[in-house]
Amino acid sequence: MIIAHQLTKTFKDKKRGEIRAVDQVSFRAEPGRIYGLLGANGAGKTTTLRMLATLLRPTAGSATVAGFDVARESAQVRAHVGFLAASTALYGRLTAREMITYFGRLNGLADPEIKARLQRLSAELDMDEFLDRRCDKFSTGMKQKTSIARTLIHDPAVMIFDEPTLGLDVMTARAIVRFVRECRDRGKTVIYSTHVMSEVEKLCDTIGIIHNGRLCAEGTLAELRARHGEQDLEEIFVKIVGAEDKK
Amino acid sequence: MNWHNIVTVYLKELKDSLRDRRTLMSTIIIPTLVMPLLTFGIGKVMATVISRAQEEIPAVAILGGVDSPGVVASLKQSPKLHVVATPADWKQAIGDKKLRVAVELPAGFEAGLRAGAAPAVHVYNYDGELKSDMAARTVEKFLTDLREQTVGARLNERGLPRTMARPFEFTRENVAPPEKVGGNLFGGFVPYLIIILCFSGAMYPAMDLTAGEKERGTMETLLCSPVARVDIVLGKFFMVLTGSLSAMCFMLLSMGTTAAVGGSLMMSGGGTPVKAGAKAARAAVEVMPTIDPLGLVGVLAMVLPVAVLFAAVAFTVSLFAKSYKEAQSYLAPMMIVVIMPAVVGMLPGIDLNARLALVPLLNLSLVCKEMLSGVWHWNYIALIFGSSCVYAAVALTLAVQMFKREDVIFRA
Repeated sequence: MIIAHQLTKTFKDKKRGEIRAVDQVSFRAEPGRIYGLLGANGAGKTTTLRMLATLLRPTAGSATVAGFDVARESAQVRAHVGFLAASTALYGRLTAREMITYFGRLNGLADPEIKARLQRLSAELDMDEFLDRRCDKFSTGMKQKTSIARTLIHDPAVMIFDEPTLGLDVMTARAIVRFVRECRDRGKTVIYSTHVMSEVEKLCDTIGIIHNGRLCAEGTLAELRARHGEQDLEEIFVKIVGAEDKK
Repeated sequence: MNWHNIVTVYLKELKDSLRDRRTLMSTIIIPTLVMPLLTFGIGKVMATVISRAQEEIPAVAILGGVDSPGVVASLKQSPKLHVVATPADWKQAIGDKKLRVAVELPAGFEAGLRAGAAPAVHVYNYDGELKSDMAARTVEKFLTDLREQTVGARLNERGLPRTMARPFEFTRENVAPPEKVGGNLFGGFVPYLIIILCFSGAMYPAMDLTAGEKERGTMETLLCSPVARVDIVLGKFFMVLTGSLSAMCFMLLSMGTTAAVGGSLMMSGGGTPVKAGAKAARAAVEVMPTIDPLGLVGVLAMVLPVAVLFAAVAFTVSLFAKSYKEAQSYLAPMMIVVIMPAVVGMLPGIDLNARLALVPLLNLSLVCKEMLSGVWHWNYIALIFGSSCVYAAVALTLAVQMFKREDVIFRA
């Protein structure tokens, strides 16, 4: 479960003054459902998700993730979150096994437990063949699998995906999408940010459209279609963003 | 603070760094090679240059001396000098190193000697040029001998004893223990090397563990883990400190080995195959006289807080950088800042006092010089150790604070 309440983040920029990257964003993501955060580049998706993963501290507002407050109980939040982003890379000089074991230890797991989980994850993700090779020699697909195993090693209740398919080829991207669905089916709370309309249409149970740091529309795909009288999500998105810019 | 997490982070960084060629280079390979290269390499080159210069019979030109055939003849007879025809532009020839020295005998030199006048002889050389200086010394030796002969002859003529002109003799002998001599000669140089290696040993792991991680995108991955940021900083910091200390330890170990090998080669010198080695070793030992081993232990203890300071500063500065390259462009100029006080400490005549004891790095360099020559000023040592610890603590606190700042960690 993720509950964001009036979440706000401002940055100070020497040239442009104060920037409101995220402005009073409130939403709720339920277990067993995928919440999609749809927005253009620079809309505030990454900043929102980084606040939920406690990488950044909110300037104002609050959020609870898996029942823990992001500002006051940040370590607990991180222990219950799996965070996968295009920007979360692997240690190139470690092998996949060492990488995943390291993150298991950082999550406070004992070595026998890590070993057992790693074996299961490796079988599920079909990683046995490259488990003991160094990550810097991996193909993108192998890297993604290793990253997924890294986020799952501590079996988190909440999964945060920040544009996980960015720069991936079709087959690897499809594998990621399948994996996100599996997370939902196992009852995890999933939040998924992207700017690709088709992924949102296929994947998300609830859609939040974010623009200039503000959450300007929210609902299921059917609700959004009915509200804006359009079938195509891209048209709906352009309408909403256009209306927001006129304000 | 959770030591289990700190150790986990540290062990991972250690494994990662041991697989990084740049870090291995700066923390193990270069520190190990620097002493043997410096002593055997430079020592051998120096020994070769000096012996070649000693073997050379210098070309000497005589200016004037037409009316002093006796002196000219004995100059020509001297086996250590090679008298050549005086070129027209003899000053130019000395500058071009075609001629080592020129001796100017004034007109009527021998006649003047007989008459009891004091004619002046000039020796012209190329100041600071090794071979010319050595030639000038040979000529001066010749002239001194000539003067003594003249004095002897005059005393003889008058039936006076030789002690008339030389009422007493004197000799000079070194009574300081060899480690004190070593400390003074070498004491400035060892801390200088230690300071440089400590810093360069900290530099590469620091850049790799901070800016390098940001650049490769692993920093965000690491921050997603539930481990507190303090634990991450400390784990990483201990790795940087390990780099710094290992650079110093490898340098000292290889220095000890170099001295031992050099010493044993000296002892066994004689057989033809060992001869070349013995020659190099002699040169090495000349450059590196014995050092008080207790002094080395003291140096190690004094370097410890400075290594912490270096590790924390290198860490903080490179943490601010976005990329490895940017970190390098910050830390490279810092190397000069670090070297300066070390160089000042090497200068002769600068001695420790209460004010200098508070200047970071310079105080280390000065106290090391003293300890290596067996001098222990306990109140200065305490003051320096204490102040170094304070500087180190401030720098480490700064590193932790820096790591908690999201505008630094996510600087784009």
